[in-house]
Amino acid sequence: MTAPVNKSTPRESFGSRNVFILSAIGSAVGLGNIWRFPYVAYEGGGGAFLIPYLCALLTAGIPLLFFDYAIGHRHRGSAPLAFRRMHRAAEPLGWWQVLICVVISVYYAVIIAWSAMYTWFSAQLTWGKGNENDFFFVDFLQMGDVSEGGISTEFVPQVGVPLIAVWLVVIVIMALGVKRGIGAANMVLMPLLTLMFVVLVVQSLFLPGALDGLNAFFTPDWQALADPAVWAAAYGHIFFSLSVAFGIMVTYSSYLKRKTDLTGSGLVVAFANSSFEILAGIGVFAALGFMAAAQGTEVAGVATSGIGLAFIAFPTIVSNAAGGSIIGVLFFGALVFAGVTSLISVLEVIVAALQDKLGWSRIATTLVVSVPLAMISLALFSTTTALAVLDTADAFVNAFGIMAVAFVTVIVVAWVLHKLPALQSHLNKRSSFTVGLLWRSLVGVLAPVVLGYLLLTELISKIAAPYGDYPGWFLWVFGWGMVIVLIVSGVLLSLLPWSEKSRATQDPEYDEFLELEGHRSQGATEARQATEERVSK
Amino acid sequence: MTPTAIVMMAVAILTLWGGLIAGIVNLAKHPEEEGTEPMPPVEL
Repeated sequence: MTAPVNKSTPRESFGSRNVFILSAIGSAVGLGNIWRFPYVAYEGGGGAFLIPYLCALLTAGIPLLFFDYAIGHRHRGSAPLAFRRMHRAAEPLGWWQVLICVVISVYYAVIIAWSAMYTWFSAQLTWGKGNENDFFFVDFLQMGDVSEGGISTEFVPQVGVPLIAVWLVVIVIMALGVKRGIGAANMVLMPLLTLMFVVLVVQSLFLPGALDGLNAFFTPDWQALADPAVWAAAYGHIFFSLSVAFGIMVTYSSYLKRKTDLTGSGLVVAFANSSFEILAGIGVFAALGFMAAAQGTEVAGVATSGIGLAFIAFPTIVSNAAGGSIIGVLFFGALVFAGVTSLISVLEVIVAALQDKLGWSRIATTLVVSVPLAMISLALFSTTTALAVLDTADAFVNAFGIMAVAFVTVIVVAWVLHKLPALQSHLNKRSSFTVGLLWRSLVGVLAPVVLGYLLLTELISKIAAPYGDYPGWFLWVFGWGMVIVLIVSGVLLSLLPWSEKSRATQDPEYDEFLELEGHRSQGATEARQATEERVSK
Repeated sequence: MTPTAIVMMAVAILTLWGGLIAGIVNLAKHPEEEGTEPMPPVEL
């Protein structure tokens, strides 16, 4: 079970740069691209939102993506190992990111399970026309109230069984490794996802009322640009959309070959993610235009996002549209594929971290990580109170997990450790698109200012009123308590010793890399290896 | 659709998809160097 990784075994890698790019796009393109971006853009001024969105992409999203790539590729390790190699005191940042991924993975899987079931339901219109809302909350989720009965242990089989299936699929992908599992899955699922979504968009565009939906989506409200909240929404969306600052891109880039064009690859990943978002916006609002026309109302009356869009609005569209079942299968199938490619990237952060820390084999580490996560996921999210737990955990981990760790990381790396010049040099040594003072300013100054503002806004709003009107004890356990536990546990995990078998104590490949890069002399490496051998004896 | 909405849609598509195409062209001009890395393990 705990067979050690052979010390001479090279670190896993993606087969090629293209596989890495597809995998990184697969991670970035997730549920948020499909069900969050269209509504954020619509609420943020429609066509005018393009301006803050592009500004956020160019001044924060892409610079932070390069920042993550540089950390992972320069230090060639999972998030904790990469930060430890940067500076011993920075290791807790890596574990904090790993623990955020633990929380996300357990609830992300259940949304994929719901989507998988709705793919099947769409083919048969199981919910019954006009009953979409009740079907989701009452018949499917069998939703209970945490205020009355607390956390439920009542198993909901129509959620639990597909959830088990989702975990089995991702465990197999993870166990196969970076190249044969993650890389291969993305090489199959990403082209399929794109094809399915293009067909969905084309079909949606031919629905009656589709152009009214597009009109609502793209008509600019220039006054929205004067609202700071719209700019904050654009920056907030870009941070979450590109999967930056919570370990995924650090881990993925550590699997890249030494001489890879980092910034050139990053530009393709960032623009591919945004291109998909525009495609999703067109598809979703064309469909919402049809829904508004069918109900004899305005698009504003039916526009929504998140779970409401996916599991209530879309089933309504499927019920009413000609060829609705095909739209439903394509939409929910796309959610499943987008979700799986993102979930495996989140899990890889955890698996890679433990593999580095313990020096175990890929399969053993995958099982030790994934099976307990699957059990927690089943215990919390296949019951009647799943939606409340999911809603709260998601809101708090996004605001005080991802956003907080991003804020602290850029401050520590830029202002405490002063590592931006070294990271800039690493990027420029191997990339087609060079970065300079502007990049350092965007990462070191603009990013912390924007992240700090977003963090403060979230803190004020969540302190001012109980989130979602859930009971206080519930918010303390799954909200505030959870985010505090993540930070404390991150620090504690960094205090645990690294296994003698781990790459932190002996990694000839990394030593060779440092020598080739001129960061360390051969003599220094030999002295370090001799010391380690003495210690191990 | 109003002319303004059509223009904004065209600008959004051209900017983002154009950025993607430009990124791909840039990468194609800088192909990956082959044979510089050890092969990853077959079984882990």
